[in-house]
Amino acid sequence: MTVESVFPRLEALLPHVQKPIQYVGGELNSTVKDWDACDVRWALMYPDAYEVGLPNQGVMILYEVLNEREGVLAERTYSVWPDLEALMREHRVPQFTVDAHRPVKAFDVFGLSFSTELGYTNMLTALDLAGIPLEAADRTIDDPIVLAGGHAAFNPEPIADFIDCAVVGDGEQAVLDITEIIRAWKAEGRPGGRDELLLRLARTGGVYVPKFYDVEYLPDGRIGRVVPNAPGVPWRVSKHTVMDLDEWPYPKQPLVPLAETVHERMSVEIFRGCTRGCRFCQAGMITRPVRERSITGIGEMVERGLKATGFEEVGLLSLSSADHTEIGEIAKGLADRYTDDKIGLSLPSTRVDAFNIDLANELTRNGRRSGLTFAPEGGSERIRKVINKMVSEEDLIRTVAAAYGNGWRQVKLYFMVGLPTETDEDVLQIAEMAKNVIQKGREVTGQNDIRCTVSIGGFVPKPHTPFQWSPQLSAEATDARLGKLRDAIRNDRKYGKNIGFRYHDGKPGIVEGLLSRGDRRTGKIIRAVYEDGGRFDGWREHFSYDRWMRAAEKGLAGTGVDVEWYTTRERAYEEVLPWDHLDSGLDKDWLWEDWQDALEEVEVDDCRWTPCFDCGVCPQMDTQIQIGPTGVKLLPLTVVK
Amino acid sequence: MQRIRLRYTKRGRLRFTSHRDFQRAFERALRRSAVPMAYSAGFTPHPKVSYANAAPTGVGSEAEYLEIGLADVRDPEALRAQLDESLPDGLDIIDAVEVRTPNFVERLEASLWEVRLPGVSEQQAAHAIELFLAAESVEVERQTKNGLRVFDARGAVASLTLVPSQVDVAPVGEYSATSDVRTGDGCAILRLVVRHATPAVRPDDVLSGLRSTADLAPPVPAEVTRLAQGPLDEETGTVTDPLALDRAAAQAVPSETAEPQAVASA
Repeated sequence: MTVESVFPRLEALLPHVQKPIQYVGGELNSTVKDWDACDVRWALMYPDAYEVGLPNQGVMILYEVLNEREGVLAERTYSVWPDLEALMREHRVPQFTVDAHRPVKAFDVFGLSFSTELGYTNMLTALDLAGIPLEAADRTIDDPIVLAGGHAAFNPEPIADFIDCAVVGDGEQAVLDITEIIRAWKAEGRPGGRDELLLRLARTGGVYVPKFYDVEYLPDGRIGRVVPNAPGVPWRVSKHTVMDLDEWPYPKQPLVPLAETVHERMSVEIFRGCTRGCRFCQAGMITRPVRERSITGIGEMVERGLKATGFEEVGLLSLSSADHTEIGEIAKGLADRYTDDKIGLSLPSTRVDAFNIDLANELTRNGRRSGLTFAPEGGSERIRKVINKMVSEEDLIRTVAAAYGNGWRQVKLYFMVGLPTETDEDVLQIAEMAKNVIQKGREVTGQNDIRCTVSIGGFVPKPHTPFQWSPQLSAEATDARLGKLRDAIRNDRKYGKNIGFRYHDGKPGIVEGLLSRGDRRTGKIIRAVYEDGGRFDGWREHFSYDRWMRAAEKGLAGTGVDVEWYTTRERAYEEVLPWDHLDSGLDKDWLWEDWQDALEEVEVDDCRWTPCFDCGVCPQMDTQIQIGPTGVKLLPLTVVK
Repeated sequence: MQRIRLRYTKRGRLRFTSHRDFQRAFERALRRSAVPMAYSAGFTPHPKVSYANAAPTGVGSEAEYLEIGLADVRDPEALRAQLDESLPDGLDIIDAVEVRTPNFVERLEASLWEVRLPGVSEQQAAHAIELFLAAESVEVERQTKNGLRVFDARGAVASLTLVPSQVDVAPVGEYSATSDVRTGDGCAILRLVVRHATPAVRPDDVLSGLRSTADLAPPVPAEVTRLAQGPLDEETGTVTDPLALDRAAAQAVPSETAEPQAVASA
């Protein structure tokens, strides 16, 4: 069966939409394979606009891993903006891939990567445009298997009605294993239809198929238990962990779009996982253990990637890039190699200490020193103990002094508001910290013109973290606290003018919280929002709090629970959480102990440098931390002419 | 510093590339193919590239021009092939000459456009052309950044003709051939020469003019391609090659690039 390109029909619509280039594909290093020469075909979606989705590393990696295999093809699709959506509906053009403009419905698998829960409504738009029934129960043998991955998939229950399955953890090996299962099933003539395929996937223990689990509720609305309802389906589904990143040097050929995107650079993931143990950080908890890419592996990826792309900047990605055991050598080695080529290097996530200033200096050897960003996360020493962000105000001031002393002129500080046990006093300390930073900057430089920007995000409790039991601060209380902090900063005559203040109101955080810790009943809300026109909920100009609250009232009618029940309610130890049957490797009792430690302001060390604190991941998943140092250095590259 | 003028295309679906998008793609292609670019001085050095008179987004082109400055001497044809190889299909570099003459931008006096109108019959088109050309002036409106602008679209038009259907017009890009399939009706093809004036008159302004003078309303968007831009021969109404002067000068006095190997290894 050859599938026709929808491009001729799409082309006629493009003159009428904004930024048409995002829909035409043809990116450098993109791949179009022969449809008929492949027997397993994946459509991969990042459910946001092209400009956000294209640079996504997860999709780029899986796209390449799959396309490298003989007989397997993968194409990409992104959310279309409402202007094109309207035209596609009017002219009956289905959701398409940008590679060969094939209709998504024609693929075997429709895989979606969710970095955030705010992409759920975009999934429904894409399904509907594709002509795939929104609810998994209504799909037939002619529909693709709808598969969710990404960090948000660690609690897939809110979208359980819409997906056929979910995979948690690293995708590289998992997509290949799933491919083989589908290939075998198709080769046998698709025995038993969709259910048989889903059953085969579920029985691996690494693919969660919601329909094979029944959720029982207690009279008070809490979950009683979650029970498998098909033979051979395990009670818990395990996350996938790729060991030895050097064996997976992807993306080898990063995609270079013609359209402008949010990250105009090449990225190399220098390690995966984080054991710092910040209690609010879901990424740090669910990606354990730490696995470093070797210094030489990084060097090769940078070299090959730059040749393949022509990018001018390389981002060294991870959850805390300065924590790589050989980051100093990496930074120096790369800076030496690429000084003459005017290649910029950046470390997106760094911690607060003086060592970072040396690094930052190395990375900007020839460039401009504009601003440095640090994330103390909490304003007071006390709240930083609660969240296990082990940085003292002294550390911060010392770091800032070093930064200003080295020619940096602006420091940006990132904080959260709404953290467990937080009081107004903790938040007002943020203002004090910003003043001290400016004070120190003036002292070190002898200049008055010193800037400090305070940027604040609302805390949302996430599954698989010690704060999964914590109440979330209501939108009203969040806004009130932010208001007090704003006044404290604005009213300061001596420093107020030098402090920038950026924050978001508390409402989007409540919706994110509802979806983060939601269960299957929240799916009704998502559908109602979608049907009410909800799209692109991660974008301020498209997000509507009122629409979500209206939908929640409708969707939760008769359940006895409401938005507050999901967000501002504290959970008890015995409560069955909606995601308990998805195994991130973390021991639930350890998470609970860590939650109790948080309430008692007790900190926990990083297991990279101190003994194991029994979070449970390594024994549970049969993994271990993989760190250097290797002692190898990056040699200068000889120029071959 | 050696300077090279390049002619490039925006073909097929890559006609939706905006000029900013093209600039980014071109500068990355320069890096990938390790062209020895000359850089501007200053805090953040930029490679020396200047672009002339880019076609609007969504409009195809066979005749876009830019100029680059090199820190080292290269053979123009070898450079052209190298850069073309590094750019995606559709953004093709099709000509290169070493700069020998000044005032290139002034030489771009007019453009020759092809306008394909799927669903419009030749009779309809011929009638509209007749009315348009007979008019002394044709006022059209266009939404600009500074609001609605009203100007004459007739004065800048040096010629406007219908391409007779018996003439087999080769499709320009990989997707152009699809246009007729969409409607099943005829597809009138116009050739349009427009002088580069201020305010600039674009093919869609002329289409607005055809609509206002003759009620010509194509059922689907027109497919527009710039076939040439350069000096305008007022006698014949043809647009000639703007690189001809440089090419002639280079043939008269070959530069040291005649022995590229010797130069490169020196």
